[in-house]
Amino acid sequence: MLKGLSALLLFQLAGEFLAQLLNWPLPGPVLGMGLLLLALLWRGHAPAWLAAAADGMLKHFSLLFVPASVGLVQYLDLIGAEWLPILTALVASTLIGIVASALTFVAVARLVGAHPGEDERKADSP
Amino acid sequence: MNELVDIWVYLASSPLLWLTATLLAYGVGQWCMERSGHHPAVNPVGIAALLLVGVLLLSDTSYQAYFDGAQFVHFLLGPAIVALAVPLARHLPKIRASLIPTLAALLVGAVTAAVSAMGVAILLGASPAVTLSMAPKSATSPIAMGISEQIGGLPSLTAALVVTTGILGAVVVAPLLNLLRIRDWRARGFAVGTISHGVGTARAFQVHAVAGVFAATALCLNALVTPVLVPLIVAAFGNLIG
Repeated sequence: MLKGLSALLLFQLAGEFLAQLLNWPLPGPVLGMGLLLLALLWRGHAPAWLAAAADGMLKHFSLLFVPASVGLVQYLDLIGAEWLPILTALVASTLIGIVASALTFVAVARLVGAHPGEDERKADSP
Repeated sequence: MNELVDIWVYLASSPLLWLTATLLAYGVGQWCMERSGHHPAVNPVGIAALLLVGVLLLSDTSYQAYFDGAQFVHFLLGPAIVALAVPLARHLPKIRASLIPTLAALLVGAVTAAVSAMGVAILLGASPAVTLSMAPKSATSPIAMGISEQIGGLPSLTAALVVTTGILGAVVVAPLLNLLRIRDWRARGFAVGTISHGVGTARAFQVHAVAGVFAATALCLNALVTPVLVPLIVAAFGNLIG
């Protein structure tokens, strides 16, 4: 666990370093993820100690979003004043985005012949 | 009585209290989700956030005082993002087999989500700060907050919008895609991961393994493309933002 966590922090540190050095607009952790992905592809697979740390970390991924979402408390006045555009834009863009993304996937898959396997199709609903 | 007040004043200013409160609130959220039989509308992050906002308002505690404690949880988002490389590498063969539809759906999904969110916000007269905070909301929150800060939005408002988008997507995806008769689990998972990041991915894994894998991939890929796309889209909107 300690080894795995150290590796994750090291890759994050390398990502932060690279972002500062190259003055890239990408956040450090994203670059760190990219670096780790390259390392894993080069190595073939993740060692068990790293996989254990990563899976442990991601098991409670959604907990990590809580402190930031409480930040909402600072903007209650703003949300009260602009609730209509905020709510409409949220609902509309979520629906439009999901439909556009799913339709594109299906259409392009058909176009290039990347058909879903037997286990990749939802059974007909009753 | 005065003694109790003194103790409260002491504890309320220490990181321990709010760190504990964050974990407890999330525990309550998880308990509610399990009790509801994993109903998509019962989301542990949403419940925890509402509980904590209520406690902060009632106890007249500032967000800064709360965050002094909660930052220890928040900090772990960085290494958790790095950790996403592990499932991504693990599922790469499955993804590689449908690489072209994956990349197409990623670009179309990420662009339409950002453009439609900003477009609707502008049409309905949102202020520039709100419109800009809206733009990166389909990316996972640490990424979205970083982008928001960079383009002149309000990072914590973005965080709240990100979580709401996640919950909304997780709730609507199944009925919406059933209506459109999309039965391909790859497409169903990928769409909810692209738009609703971690919250949508957690939901997809509950429903079907293939959907979960594609949602996790979409979450990672979106984290890579949104930081590049959103500044370009904001520049394209230009003066329209106000």
